[in-house]
Amino acid sequence: MTRAGAACRLARVPPSDTAIEVRGLVKSFGDVQALSGVDLSAPAGSVLGLLGPNGAGKTTAVRIMTTLLEPDAGEVRVAGLDVRTQAQALRSRIGLAGQYAAVDEYLTGAENLRMVGQLYHLSKREAAARATELLEEFSLTDAGDRVSSTYSGGMRRRLDLAAALVVRPPVLFLDEPTTGLDPRSRIALWETIEERVADGTTVLLTTQYLDEADRLADRIAVIDHGRVIAEGTADELKAKVGGERLELRPADPGQVAAAIDALAPLLDARPDGDALGSDGVLRVPLRADAGGVAEAVRRLDAAHVGIGEIAVARPTLDDAFLTLTGRPAEEAAAEEEQA
Amino acid sequence: MSLATTLSDTLVLAGRQLRRIPRQPDLLMGYTVQPVMFVLLFRYVFGGAIQTPFENYAQFLMPGIIVQSIAFGGFVTALAIADDMKKGLIDRFRSLPMSRIAVLAGRSFADLVLNALQLVVLIGVGLLVGFSFGASVGNVLLGIVLLLALGFAFSWVFVLIGLTAGSAETSNAIGFTVIFPLTFASGAFVPPETMPDGLRQFAEANPFTTWVDAIRHLFIGGPAAPANSDVWVSFVWIVAITVVMAWLALRRYQRV
Repeated sequence: MTRAGAACRLARVPPSDTAIEVRGLVKSFGDVQALSGVDLSAPAGSVLGLLGPNGAGKTTAVRIMTTLLEPDAGEVRVAGLDVRTQAQALRSRIGLAGQYAAVDEYLTGAENLRMVGQLYHLSKREAAARATELLEEFSLTDAGDRVSSTYSGGMRRRLDLAAALVVRPPVLFLDEPTTGLDPRSRIALWETIEERVADGTTVLLTTQYLDEADRLADRIAVIDHGRVIAEGTADELKAKVGGERLELRPADPGQVAAAIDALAPLLDARPDGDALGSDGVLRVPLRADAGGVAEAVRRLDAAHVGIGEIAVARPTLDDAFLTLTGRPAEEAAAEEEQA
Repeated sequence: MSLATTLSDTLVLAGRQLRRIPRQPDLLMGYTVQPVMFVLLFRYVFGGAIQTPFENYAQFLMPGIIVQSIAFGGFVTALAIADDMKKGLIDRFRSLPMSRIAVLAGRSFADLVLNALQLVVLIGVGLLVGFSFGASVGNVLLGIVLLLALGFAFSWVFVLIGLTAGSAETSNAIGFTVIFPLTFASGAFVPPETMPDGLRQFAEANPFTTWVDAIRHLFIGGPAAPANSDVWVSFVWIVAITVVMAWLALRRYQRV
């Protein structure tokens, strides 16, 4: 084999449709291993959610992917460029918006955006034009000439996000973009992010909110203690928890046993005593191929069991997180904060 | 990263700092009012009790206060850099395809403007409390250049403190427990000959003494402030501090 041939084989160029490619990423701070072998991958134009409690390693991973931190080991490519050897070229192809809303509070919204534009090396005129455009797009035109310390939390986040989009980077990193925002501002920010995605931007989003990952992300990597403990679409992660669950309150509480008999063919196993809640509702997992709530109603009807209420509950990402980590998302976050 | 890019990035960041100045009136007050209070305190509270080789204490005092204020004025830089780190602005800058040193250099160059402003205020107050220039115009101008260069060098000291401390509180502690006392253990306010052994030798070796004596010579001159090696030694100190501190600060910036 010639040297050139070997070099070609070694310089593994990922297919151009992979925007983020992380292999075996390791990072320690002293004795603390923040990341212990993380693999991630996001096709161009998709949204990858990094879900995990505080301290799980999400922010460390983002800091490495955005060249703020050097990895100890592993390969990290963003927009086809290596974070170690092509950092400067990589920086002009990414945008970063963080959880701290990194804007200069003594500058106006317009001044902030113009400054960032000039630091991306747009000409003064281009930077000014782009700033005007972004203020318009993010509904900040009226506030554009006010210093940003007068902005509300939601407005600052929008300005921060606008600053990350000055050069329309193909890859956008959002580190907990809605932490600390009120519900209305969160939804507004989600919509803005969705618009960017519709334009073809690849987004890596970290969040500790399950509903956020559920709504925005195409694929979700659940991170805990520096490892990816599960990866897939929101539906796939939910499926790991089990399928649909039937919730039934018989019209006559005395008919619970009859109901269980009628439903038995739809279940994997005969429910135990816990299946009947103290609220009189019977909760049983349905087999995936059982035919759902329609079949359940037919069988209950045939067995003359009167139905008080009936519903099918799909597992939430909360359930998935609980199953994967052994503790609920909120409790995990609180625990990490104390540590 | 080309020199032209580094320069234009530095100018953008210096512009950012200069825009902020009039929007932080509290900071501006601290910059100008505090040194004026020092002038008044030393001139009128301690002045009568301190014997110097000069005809009045204002002559002896003003070069000392000016050097102290110019050196310590860069302190706001440590606070601003620590604040930028905390707010995530340093992260944003480091994620941009810009020159690495521009964030820090932009800050130091903006400090030059603040220092010039402070110098005007201090010289004005000095003239009111009895200070007078005795040296040639050339020497006075050289003295002003020396002071601005000194302020620039200390901006880098405070950039490093801000980057290392990471919080305004810690920067404050380092500034007031290390650098501020250093300005007093010198010939800035009293002649070192009046100090006890040990402290006297320290004060004589302290570069603050060298800088203050250089300014006394360049601003006043005469038999009480003779020309000696102080002026060029001052510049050597300034260049050395700038080079070492800028290098350490840049290294630190790349790893924060």
